[in-house]
Amino acid sequence: MATKLPSVDVVLVGFGWTASILGHELAEAGLQVLALERGIYRDTVPDFATTHIQDELKYAVRNSMFEDPKRETLTFRNSMEQTALPMRHLGSFRPGSGVGGAGVHWNGQTWRFLPTDFKIRSETESRYGKNFIPAGMTIQDWGVTYEELEPYYDKFEYLCGVSGQAGNVQGEIQAGGNPFEGPRSRGYPLPPLLRSAGTVLFDKAARDVGFKPFACPAANTSAAYTNPLGVQMGPCTYCGYCEWFGCGNYSKASPQSTILPVLLKNKNFSYRTRCDVTKVNLDASGKRATGVTYVDGQGREFEQPAELVILCAFAQHNVHLMLLSGIGRKYDPQANTGVVGRNYAYQITSSVDVFVDELMNPFMGAGALGQAIDEFNGDNFDHGPEGFVGGGYIALWTTGGRPILQNHVPEGTPKWGEGWKKAMAQNYLKSASIATHGSVMSYRDSYLDLDPTYRDIYGNPLLRLTFDFHDNEHKMSRFITDKATLIAKALPKLRSYKVNQRDGHYSIVPYQTTHNTGGAAMGDDPSTSAVNRYLQSWDVPNVFVMGASVFPQNAGYNPTGTVGALTYWAADAIRNRYLKNPGPLVQA
Amino acid sequence: MAAHRTEPAPAAAPRPAAEESPVFASRRLILKATLTLPALSVLGCTKRRPESTPPHPDPLAYFKPGERDFIDAATQRLIPDGDDGLGARAAAVTVFIDSQLAGPYGQAAAWYMEGPFAKGTPEQGYQLALTPAQLYRAAIADIEAHCQNAFGKRFAALATADQDATLHALEKGDIDLPHASAKDFFEMLLKNTQEGFLADPLYGGNRDFTGWRLVGFPGPRYNYMFDITQYGKPYTLPTVGLLGRNGNLVWS
Repeated sequence: MATKLPSVDVVLVGFGWTASILGHELAEAGLQVLALERGIYRDTVPDFATTHIQDELKYAVRNSMFEDPKRETLTFRNSMEQTALPMRHLGSFRPGSGVGGAGVHWNGQTWRFLPTDFKIRSETESRYGKNFIPAGMTIQDWGVTYEELEPYYDKFEYLCGVSGQAGNVQGEIQAGGNPFEGPRSRGYPLPPLLRSAGTVLFDKAARDVGFKPFACPAANTSAAYTNPLGVQMGPCTYCGYCEWFGCGNYSKASPQSTILPVLLKNKNFSYRTRCDVTKVNLDASGKRATGVTYVDGQGREFEQPAELVILCAFAQHNVHLMLLSGIGRKYDPQANTGVVGRNYAYQITSSVDVFVDELMNPFMGAGALGQAIDEFNGDNFDHGPEGFVGGGYIALWTTGGRPILQNHVPEGTPKWGEGWKKAMAQNYLKSASIATHGSVMSYRDSYLDLDPTYRDIYGNPLLRLTFDFHDNEHKMSRFITDKATLIAKALPKLRSYKVNQRDGHYSIVPYQTTHNTGGAAMGDDPSTSAVNRYLQSWDVPNVFVMGASVFPQNAGYNPTGTVGALTYWAADAIRNRYLKNPGPLVQA
Repeated sequence: MAAHRTEPAPAAAPRPAAEESPVFASRRLILKATLTLPALSVLGCTKRRPESTPPHPDPLAYFKPGERDFIDAATQRLIPDGDDGLGARAAAVTVFIDSQLAGPYGQAAAWYMEGPFAKGTPEQGYQLALTPAQLYRAAIADIEAHCQNAFGKRFAALATADQDATLHALEKGDIDLPHASAKDFFEMLLKNTQEGFLADPLYGGNRDFTGWRLVGFPGPRYNYMFDITQYGKPYTLPTVGLLGRNGNLVWS
């Protein structure tokens, strides 16, 4: 029997980026806010100290900072005809766990989506005709525009101290920046990071081929920085341990390095760790949430009443909780009805490894130290002759040279034995990889629901993922991989290159990205979206849903910048509109 | 940790790793850190390994001696000695895998291991009911039975060409193992071998930075602010591990 606790104004499920932002915004507004985090508490000191954090085996290989599939996982199949089986250990993606969430161990690649990304269906139909969108592709406009989100992108970038070179300030194209980006109200808070050997070569090659390379936006500080909350960050030392690791140097933006020092002092805010939220409780009408039920680290069950419930867990976990709680109508792909679980998407990636006659010292790097081109992202080019929707950026990142996972060997190298060892010895210091980072559209047969067989530690059905890459994505990925190959061939001092195409079925085995999106899509139409343009549940208006779970499909960029912007956008709507008149912010 | 990062006093009589166990070693590191006395004198273990001692001096945490012989021979084929440097044996990869299997990884402590178990597609990934430690045990026994059958010898006693042929056959799934999946096992063995060659030596492998020195990785360093723009120039500071310039779990 659950112990009923005193009510709070707001309960946040999870305590990562989105909960930290909302916690700050809503506690500032005078609300009593409580965050429930399934993982442990951790902070820069002592948890991320460089004396022990730079441990590739522990963090990047044995997954010390991520969720344990033993406690929380999903089942997976490529198609509805197959039987889904559990993801028994992490592979294709690595959701975070613990205070700060994946914001602790991300790279810091902080992009904005393109203005056209937010209107993908209407823009595609008007530019290429209705028939251009293949049958079964369920892309839709977001219900929010780039122009509306711009101030919130700006707010997130200044919170993080993003290093970069603007490409478009209020419509004026800026030299050295991304000329394809949407107009921004001002430049980045910090100048770009120093360039690595690899990004210097990429920049030259991309220019020689006729593209316009620019420094990737990085939530790794290129200089000392004090953010608008007064929190100080130190300059990045290029140690090469960002992704999968916490930053011990206050240089990579994370909740710990940007918000928590202020938030944790706010008397309106509190948090509890090792708390697994198992259900959002609804009243008899099913139209109002009364709070959440959670199990603490000692196995005790509690009911936490709240006026407002905000789901801030990782994308698919928000969807799981909505399905377990009966918030919104669950998606049925056969009947094509319902919305919760609909429009799951991901990212399609490929790479071209390059081997050169020059020392690259790949171990000197930073998570978002990269040089990119954006000619083939979103609708930056004419899709008519190509026959696919979407695109992606092409970049050479120097995120580090951690030798177990970050090594490249030339085409034809044996997988083991003398040949492998020689290739490792000859190429580790003289190689790099050009990555493509492609969008994935949403489809009628790519979705999340509850598994009929497998259960979690509390006896609840696991989430079931049904997903595969479609022809559109393969076509797009081959197209941008060919462009990456053009750049590779133009690299100075090139010895050889190796193309790693992403062909065939999606596999849950090799790591690709933790850019899982959708399942609780936002939009203007309650028959195709789970939340409205303010991220508020259409069905249960005192429930809001954050994170990439609201993306109706995925764009060709890393999602965190957009997740941050949407969170500030929703926080603004809650503070300035919802609190004055609690109820639906958009009439269905 | 600070004490671990200081240079050890040069040991008068370099001590072989022979008598170490992970537990023993970590206790010794604590002693080192707290007493700041050279570990050698604390424990007085200074005798050299006699030449006749088999090349497996490290005590075992999980493997049985026969299993260790298999792993030692197989990993040395996966990463052999060569003109460019020493391989898995010198890097003590067997010690690494042994201690990994004895720990949470070997027990699949973080894995979802609830049934029902089904074969699944390659895209669905690992679906065996065996933990890594169990898979190693089952697979090694089956492979040894296969070697006895096919060659009349244990794997470790085979000519290297036969060892390689056996490993290739496992990799392709051409050998049917009654109690394990040959492909799953080979894939895990190869991965763990490369980990043991390239992980920080504090985990027992990559001894004397054998793997890092081979490829040119200088180890985890804190600051490249002034080096990153020295394009094309070699980085010359000596290799370090999380335990210092002698990064080994045991001073060897």
